[in-house]
Amino acid sequence: MRYLCLIYDEEKKIGAMSKNESDAFMGEYFAFTDGIRNSGHYLGGEALQPVQTATTVRVRNGKLSTTDGPFAETKEQLGGYYLIDAKDLNDALQVAAKIPSARLGSVEVRPIQEFPQP
Amino acid sequence: MSADAADRARAMVDAVYRSESRRVLAALIRLLGDFDLAEEALHDAFTAALERWPGDGVPANPRAWLVSTGRFKAIDALRRRARFDASRPALAQQLETAPPDDPEAVADDRLRLIFTCCHPALPPDAQLALTLREVCGLTTEAIAHAFLTTPSTVAQRIVRAKAKIRDARIPYQVPSLADLPQRLDTVLQVVYLVFNEGYSASSGDSLLRSELSSEAIRLGRLLLELLAEPEVMGLLALMLLHESRRATRTTPEGELVLLDEQDRSRWNRDQIVEGQALVERSLGSRRFGPYTLQAAIAAVHAEAPSAAATDWTQIVGLYDVLVRADPSPVIALNRAAAIAMRDGPLAGLTLIDAILARGDLADYHLAHSARADLCRRLGRTADARSAYRRALDLTRQEPERRFLQRRLDGLPD
Repeated sequence: MRYLCLIYDEEKKIGAMSKNESDAFMGEYFAFTDGIRNSGHYLGGEALQPVQTATTVRVRNGKLSTTDGPFAETKEQLGGYYLIDAKDLNDALQVAAKIPSARLGSVEVRPIQEFPQP
Repeated sequence: MSADAADRARAMVDAVYRSESRRVLAALIRLLGDFDLAEEALHDAFTAALERWPGDGVPANPRAWLVSTGRFKAIDALRRRARFDASRPALAQQLETAPPDDPEAVADDRLRLIFTCCHPALPPDAQLALTLREVCGLTTEAIAHAFLTTPSTVAQRIVRAKAKIRDARIPYQVPSLADLPQRLDTVLQVVYLVFNEGYSASSGDSLLRSELSSEAIRLGRLLLELLAEPEVMGLLALMLLHESRRATRTTPEGELVLLDEQDRSRWNRDQIVEGQALVERSLGSRRFGPYTLQAAIAAVHAEAPSAAATDWTQIVGLYDVLVRADPSPVIALNRAAAIAMRDGPLAGLTLIDAILARGDLADYHLAHSARADLCRRLGRTADARSAYRRALDLTRQEPERRFLQRRLDGLPD
């Protein structure tokens, strides 16, 4: 079954890291990604640019509105994701718990909605 | 068949339902992979038993008969529905070719069911409702009554929880050894919550409440039978030792009686002996935690012939360890009360005032009533009066309100 692991970080905390700390953090991410590629869990994943690069669009009554920033201002921001293949929720949670940001921020695990094939 | 024989068969089916229905359900959930399908199959299996046992006699192994009948009924039902739902034939076929049952899997089914109902991915109130419904077999009406909510609220929690189990694929399994401590914690919390809901002298039907406590103790015994972990022993001991005092905690009129005024000759000796033995077993493992320590404290009370003759030094020592294992303000408050008994009211009051000054328990009525009691014993009547009033403002339990009012009225002018 496929699960999306949404990674939430406090950008302030990440931004406040020294070069060494930030390199070590990225190193952990590379090692984690290698690990889930080898275990067969990995389907995809990306990191996002910081939240100040975000733009939100809405169309209401046919009219487009474009605003600066994310959908909701929160303490933690969506910073990236992994799409994984896991046996069940326990398996998915074990993978998610190893994402380096689980220690600093949080990871939301959501099952992918599968639609029946026509 | 005579009406008499039919009555006997019906009574037999009822008895088997009471003793086996939860095990049969637990096995069917594993075999069918779906709570709702399993409940339907359970119902169908017992309906079949009512039809067949009066004529054919009760099978040698009723549980195995019910599991296999339930499974075939489910396959039949899926086939019938297949006409409307294209995804069902594959499932029916998959079920038919499932490997035969091994006895070890069946023994683990109840444990699987408990761990699934208490999965941390489910909200706490849903864990509680689901455990009482699926593991204990309580009706949604009984659960609603016990938790002072409506049956539809309970039913909705259960429906949502089952949907999450299915959609997020929460597995029907006992957690791995690495996950066990954390997962067991959630299970113990649910069991203790059920117990406390039945034990606390709050509102509601008292008979139903004592049933909830018995249910929690039954769950504790089941867990211990399946998983002899020290904290399982500790929790069961804690519940038994509290339960041993149930009859003496209130007067026949429903008035509260505190520990130091309870008639100790009426404490249930069997429950105390069993609780003490469990505490010793758990302490001997050296892997015990907060439940065992609380049970050990309850055991010291149980041993004491009177409140005055209680070994308060030992109780304070146990609280010292407990506060390190579980540094919660409520435990700090109980420790302060024990220190007051060992070293006198002033020592206890100093500690309670420090806890209140931190603001942790400012709105907790028992902190203020404990403070009031110590002020009263120190002869600080005005302080006692204002603390009792504060406690009265905060408590919502009627027997406690009356108790505090009596204490307030009993203060000298």
